[in-house]
Formats: sequence, C-alpha cells, structure tokens
Amino acid sequence: MTTDALEPNRRDFLVVAGNAFAAVGAASLLWPFIQQMNPDASTKALSSVEIDLSPVKEGQAITAMWRGKPIFIRNRTKSEVEAAESVDVAKLPDDNARNEALTGNEPATDANRTVKGHENWIVLIGICTHLGCIPKGQSMGDERGEYGGWFCPCHGSTYDTSGRIRKGPAPRNLEVPPYAFETDTKIKIG
Amino acid sequence: MGGSTSSYVPTSRWGKWLDERLPIARLMNDSFVDFPTPRNLNYLWTFGGILTVCLIAQIATGVVLAMHYQPSDAAAFNSIEHIRRDVNYGWMLRNLHAVGASMFFFAVFIHIFRGFYYGSYKAPREVLWILGVIILLLMMATAFMGYTLPWGQMSFWGVTVITNLFSALDTIYNGLGTAVVEWLWGGYSVSGVTLNRFFALHYLLPFVLTGVVGLHIWALHVAGQNNPTGLDIKQPSDSVPMHPYATAKDAVGIFAFLILFAWFAFFLPDYLGHADNYVEANPLVTPPHIVPEWYFLPFYAILRAFTSSFLGIPLGQYAKLCGVIAMFSAVIIIAFAPWLDTSRVRSAKYRPIFKWFFWFFVFTCVALGYLGSKPAEGVYVTAAQIFTVCYFLFFLVVMPVVGLIETPKLLPRSITDDVLSKGGAAGLPSGATAAPEAR
Repeated sequence: MTTDALEPNRRDFLVVAGNAFAAVGAASLLWPFIQQMNPDASTKALSSVEIDLSPVKEGQAITAMWRGKPIFIRNRTKSEVEAAESVDVAKLPDDNARNEALTGNEPATDANRTVKGHENWIVLIGICTHLGCIPKGQSMGDERGEYGGWFCPCHGSTYDTSGRIRKGPAPRNLEVPPYAFETDTKIKIG
Repeated sequence: MGGSTSSYVPTSRWGKWLDERLPIARLMNDSFVDFPTPRNLNYLWTFGGILTVCLIAQIATGVVLAMHYQPSDAAAFNSIEHIRRDVNYGWMLRNLHAVGASMFFFAVFIHIFRGFYYGSYKAPREVLWILGVIILLLMMATAFMGYTLPWGQMSFWGVTVITNLFSALDTIYNGLGTAVVEWLWGGYSVSGVTLNRFFALHYLLPFVLTGVVGLHIWALHVAGQNNPTGLDIKQPSDSVPMHPYATAKDAVGIFAFLILFAWFAFFLPDYLGHADNYVEANPLVTPPHIVPEWYFLPFYAILRAFTSSFLGIPLGQYAKLCGVIAMFSAVIIIAFAPWLDTSRVRSAKYRPIFKWFFWFFVFTCVALGYLGSKPAEGVYVTAAQIFTVCYFLFFLVVMPVVGLIETPKLLPRSITDDVLSKGGAAGLPSGATAAPEAR
C-alpha cells in the first residue's frame, strides 16, 4: 500500500501529462485574444509617412500627422539656427538629445537633434513632455515664448528653437522622431 | 441566510411545485422579506438600496442608449447629439445616464464613509468589504470608459492622459510601458480603435459589476448587517424583519435620492460635466485644463501630487511612476482596512479619538477633490502633497495606533438596550417595543 501511494505510476504520469497539455492549450488559446488588441495591419501600414517640404519657406512651419501624433516641422531662419547652436548644453534642464534615431545617450546639442546638411530643418513630436498638451508656436501669430521656439499654454513650458525645454514644468526636451531625408525637399518619418 | 429556519410557506399548488424544483421564491423570502435586520438602522443604511437602484438605472438607460450610439471616431460625437436632439426622449435618457454616473458615485462615497464610521469592514465582514472595493474599482473603470464615448475634447484628452499613465512602466523596464499603452490603444495614439474597444468593455463591465454586487449581497446576508452600535444581533428583540421595516425605510431614502437625481437630470444636466466635452475630439488641440469628472478628482490630485519633488524629496524621472502607484494604492489600501484597524470596537460612536480622525479623513478626501480640480502649480501642489500624506497616514498610522491607545466608551449591552435607553421609549415597559414583530 505504502509503495503504491509514494511511487508515481503510469496513471499518475498520464494525469499530469494530460492536464499539462490541456493547460498549455488553454494558455496558448489566450494569446489571440490578447494579441488582437495590438495595433492592426492597417494601423502599422500608416506607421511611416512621407512629407514634401518644398512649399515651406524659411521661417515657416507645418504640422504633419504621424501615428496620430502631431509632428512639428520648422524651416528655421539663420538666426534661429545660430541661437539653437550657441546654447551651453550643460546648463539645459534636460541635456539628452531625445532623438529616436540615435542611441539615447547623446548630449542635447542642436547637431544631435537635426540631420547633418539640413540644419535649418527641425522635426519634432509636438507633444509637451509635461502632461501631453500641444504647444503653440507653429502658426505665425502664435506665442513662441522667450526662446523663440514653442510655448505650451497649459502650464507655461517654454521650448527653444531646437525644441529643448528651457523653462517651466516639462521634464524633457520635445522628442525628435526617427526620420530621414529622401531628397533635399522630402522627408520620411518612421 | 437562515436556510434551516426558513419561514417560507408556499401558498399555492404552483408555488409548492416550483419550491420543490427551484426554491427561488424561498431564497427571495429568506433574503429580502423575513431577513432579520437590526432594528436601529439609520438612513445611512438606505444607501445599499439606493446603489441598487443606481445600477439598475444605469444599465436600463445604457442599453437603450447603445441602440442609438455609434462607436466610431467619425460618428460618435454626432450620434450623441443625434440622441439629444432627434431620438424620442433621447435627451432624457442621455441626461439620466450621464447624471446617473455622478449620482452613483455620490451614493457609493457615502456608503463607503458609512462603512468607515461604523466599522463595517471589521470581522466577520472582511470579504464583504473587499468585494465592495472590487465594485468600486469596476465602477471607476466603467465610468472612465463611458466618459470616453461622447468623443469630445475632454473625453479624448482624458483618455490620453490616463492611458499614458501606464507609460510610467518604462522606468521599470524600458519599452514595457510603451508596449502596454499601444496595446491599450490599438495604435500609436488614442483613436477610433480605442473608442470601439472601450465601448465594448463599457457595455460588458456593468454586468460583471452586477455579478460582484450579487456576491456582495450574499456576503452581507451571511455576516448580517452592521448597525450604528456595531453590536451583533444577540436576541430576537434586536432585529426586525427586513420587510416591511427596512424596505419601507429604504423606500423613503430612495425617493429622497431620486428627487436629487431628477433635479440634476432635468434642471442641471451639464452642471457636473465640462463645456469642453461639447467640442469634438481633436488630436491637434488640447484643452487648457484637462480635468476628470468630479468623482475622480481626489485620486487625480494624488496622481499629480508627485511632481519632480515630493515635499522636498527629489523624485526625478520616477515622479510619474510614484504618482501612478500612489493613485492605485489609494483605492487598494481600502481593502486592507479590516487588518489595519486594531480596535475591537466597530462603531466610531464609542471611539472618542477615532471619531475625530474619521472626520479629518473626510475633510482630507474633500480637500484632495478640490485640489484635483485646480491647476497643478504653486501652492496647490504643496497642499495636494500634504493631503496625500494625510490620506495614507489615516490607513497606515491612525488605524493601527488609535486602536491600541484609545479607551472606548462603554458599549450598550445590546441593540435593544441602546434603542430603549433613548428618550422616546424611556417610559415604556421594556417588553412593549422590544419585539415589534410579535405585536
């Protein structure tokens, strides 16, 4: 009797194996129910956009949509570029470049937030890093704040012409999305 | 539930036939007619019945609204206006549903504070209490998703801000938070896909809620109702049958509550909402102040109290994560009240020190609600941080410590003694009103 109870026999093996198969089967059936909630094929198909920059003159800006988020694209004037380049990175509230095309540890120089040879163009995800508002500064008449970049009306975060946070409650610089110049007047985001 | 001592006697052959096959009439009789109810329940005990009415009203109005509502980003906003203007009585059904959510929370908050004051969470009602916390969580999830459906500016940006909370998980494991948020959204931002799934869940959750409410009532009927003295029912004269005594009192409470409900629904339907939600959702423009509905304000205040520093403690990049954890903890901690409170006396009537802390806790919750409606800057942030600390201290320090140091007042010997020692019954012989069911 004692040995019967302690030694696993063939039936014990079948019970454990059968239950294990059923458990694994049930768990794997869960996956489609979870996965269906992830971004679908049509959403993913829109995950990159091409934007023609030729109509944007110096000093002008356009707002595009990428993955449902506003993208700020500004053709900066010479003085705006100089203002962005002359900043001492060590004194910035956030010294990280926040450029998704880079590895993530670069300093927040203007060069690290733009594409070489196209330094007049700044491309940013136009969502304030504080509580997700859309900052002002894209239209000609907008308040741009004291650093000439963008100004968030919600809680007063002020960004410079490189989209870096300079004043206010936002913790991080505006993100630079991954993008590349396909031609001199066309970019592909994503 | 008095199963063995059931007083149910079928009065017809059909009733007897059914009772032998499915004793549902017996269950109803034993649960809601001949159920022994403490004879000293005050009007705060009518909120259970009021909440049942709220739940039924929300499901009834919600089901018919779903017959006219279209859960897509292109049509949702206009379909709400269609309901308000074109659908027969749509204006009324929509107002009852929208106001009903506020009324539901108003009643549930009183119901919860009642539980805190009279110690209804203490043994043997712990499971009953935890089920109540689960009900609160389900109500919050349902209300949050429901508020998305009109697809106005506040709907859209409210969802954006709240779902973005999960991105705080990125500080634990890089990429985890983003993955969770994109899974919730079904895209890379809040979109019609998100709206569609929130509608499906908003329709489902009230029925889950109903199931948990069933368990809540079941647990209540096993442990029996608490009462203002906090004493158990010890003798027949301590209780009265639920019907007609408690049901009649419930009816008075319910009708008084319905007057308030109707006043809001018919005269101030938008008073508790936000004008911004009558502007269609626009992902390119944010409203200047994103504020949740009033019933979420205390929790929103706790969330926002965690800025880059908390009362001088620097939080840095963990600020958001701390805020999210604190907000969820604020609800979860309620479930631990049965074990945090060390006092054996249930009712705060007999707890001179706890009583004051209770009222300070109520003040803390109201203050957090006020601060949640204010912009997150300057003195409001500091105040929200102080009251957030007060909120958690109530559970983590006041409940365990006061129970140990406090000398409770002398408890009455029984519910009957407590009732008879009060003015009106003083001159009567104790047998006269002691057993009203025997009259």
